[in-house]
Amino acid sequence: MSPGRLLALAVLVALAAAPFVPMGGMRQYVLHVVIQIFIWSFIGQAWSLMGRFGLVSLGHGAFLGVGAYTTTLLWNFYGLTPWLGVVAAVLLAMLLAFVVAYPCSRFGITGHYFALVTLAVGEVIRLLLIAERDWTGGSLGVTLRAPGSDASLLAIQYADKRVFYYGGLALWLAGLWVWARVDRSMARSAMEAIGEDETAAASVGIHVTRFKLGITMLSAGLTAIGGVAYAQYIAYVNPETLAGIGVSLRIVFAVVLGGMYVLLGPTVGTALTIALSEYLRVVFGVKFIGMAETIYGLLLVIFIIFLPAGIYGSVAALLRRRRVPAAAPA
Amino acid sequence: MLTVTGLTKRFGGFTALNDVSFEVGEGEILGLIGPNGSGKTTAFNCISGALAPTAGSIRFLGKELAGVTPDVVCHRGLARTFQIPRPFRKLSILENVAVAAHYGTDRAGSEASARVRATKILEMVGLPADPAAPTTLLGAGGLKKLELARALATGPRLLLADESLGGLDPAEMATAADMLRRVRGELGVTIVWVEHIMATLTRVVDRVVVLDHGEKIAEGRPLDVAADPRVIEAYLGEPIVLT
Ligand SMILES: Nc1ncnc2c1ncn2[C@@H]1O[C@H](COP(=O)(O)OP(=O)(O)OP(=O)(O)O)[C@@H](O)[C@H]1O
Ligand SMILES: [Mg+2]
Repeated sequence: MSPGRLLALAVLVALAAAPFVPMGGMRQYVLHVVIQIFIWSFIGQAWSLMGRFGLVSLGHGAFLGVGAYTTTLLWNFYGLTPWLGVVAAVLLAMLLAFVVAYPCSRFGITGHYFALVTLAVGEVIRLLLIAERDWTGGSLGVTLRAPGSDASLLAIQYADKRVFYYGGLALWLAGLWVWARVDRSMARSAMEAIGEDETAAASVGIHVTRFKLGITMLSAGLTAIGGVAYAQYIAYVNPETLAGIGVSLRIVFAVVLGGMYVLLGPTVGTALTIALSEYLRVVFGVKFIGMAETIYGLLLVIFIIFLPAGIYGSVAALLRRRRVPAAAPA
Repeated sequence: MLTVTGLTKRFGGFTALNDVSFEVGEGEILGLIGPNGSGKTTAFNCISGALAPTAGSIRFLGKELAGVTPDVVCHRGLARTFQIPRPFRKLSILENVAVAAHYGTDRAGSEASARVRATKILEMVGLPADPAAPTTLLGAGGLKKLELARALATGPRLLLADESLGGLDPAEMATAADMLRRVRGELGVTIVWVEHIMATLTRVVDRVVVLDHGEKIAEGRPLDVAADPRVIEAYLGEPIVLT
């Protein structure tokens, strides 16, 4: 077994055992932070599936919101289990992605213009959620209806955080698997080609619109699943945390920080941003409520200028460069 | 095999192609020549679907091509190269060609078989097929070869080669000319070859079509065309040296 695989296995075992390690009174808090890292890393992975090919979306909150509200409302109003609700959530998010991405691709809206379109879509969904307050509870949000005494599984609501911990771990691993699949496929080459030069890509038979739609819908569907997972965990949905510019930008910050071209980039970036906001919250309390966003913003600017491959991406590249001369004796 | 009739392309008020008609027969190498700005690349763009023609019909293997998107044109067996090479810089040389081999045909086989075909074509044009070799290794001549390899990887019946080899030295030109001859000989691909220096063409092509200011001014065997007074006038003193 290669050292890399051995390390991965060790990390997995450690992650699987973590909830049972004695942590004093800190267990609930640690679990809470790690669960959030799992879920938001998954969402970051979904975002980077598009972002790495130059399809920069500043409106992924739209897909989060569509996902989270779909399952929540179906459960609250019709008692439909989120296990089925998530199917509807994914389909709706993909439909929304199609409605946004198809005209963009047909009319050649790319780069900054595409980013602006998605930014607007994210806001539209947030405003819609606020406006439809009879259903959605408006800006106050909605709490998930508590299940009957023995219906936890059906409702996916558990008091024990360890359930969400393992669920989040599984989700995160699934996200890594999808990312790696895309990374190794010929479709990745096609998407890279499209990202660089659509005319040349089309001239060698690549169906530009189909690929862009495909990757956008995949990203949107996965993001919706992330939104559902977060809503189930927090048991409360709110337009500010699950739609709109704020959350959309936070996803982008995390991924750019970690690096969007490497498998673990989104995870590293998400872990860092969550750790940073927890730290600021503990140190400053609620006095500097906008502080985290300000710091993210500054970091983002610094990173885009000085470290465009992200923290993890740059470290990984550095390690690769070190290994190459060692492997090839002079 | 390819029949272009009344092809017209206007950019705003400017007419880049005016009522151009020509035919390409199976197995032929047709030279398409003309001074700078005469509309050769525009004709390729219209035929390959990159630009929609203003008027006219383009029939390829019995089907209309005008208004068809470039990826479908490619799947029908018509590939083109770009005058200014447009490599995919983020992909290795091999991946550039493999992606064309994989997506360039209707019936995409496995990804592994696409890489095998790509390797063969790279060997044929004389480029390294090392999976990791980046496109930054290539100079101007290498990039031209990569253009050709990528187009050939899509398995075309007809190749539109926008070469315009001005800028290459005579030896390089001769190599490129030999390459196109081999492409027809070994792969059985029909070729339309754009070039504005006549001397390079004449040794290779069967027939020549001459464009000037978007209009076809002559057509025929290279030697006859070179003697045509309208062609001589169009080239305005540029020497038409035949070797
Ligand atoms: N997209 C475009 N928009 C406007 N004008 C264009 C466009 N493409 C080409 N033209 C114009 O059409 C004319 C023909 O250009 P084209 O590129 O077809 O010439 P060419 O014969 O390929 O020349 P060269 O030998 O220099 O490659 C030129 O005057 C050019 O400026
Ligand atoms: Mg040209």
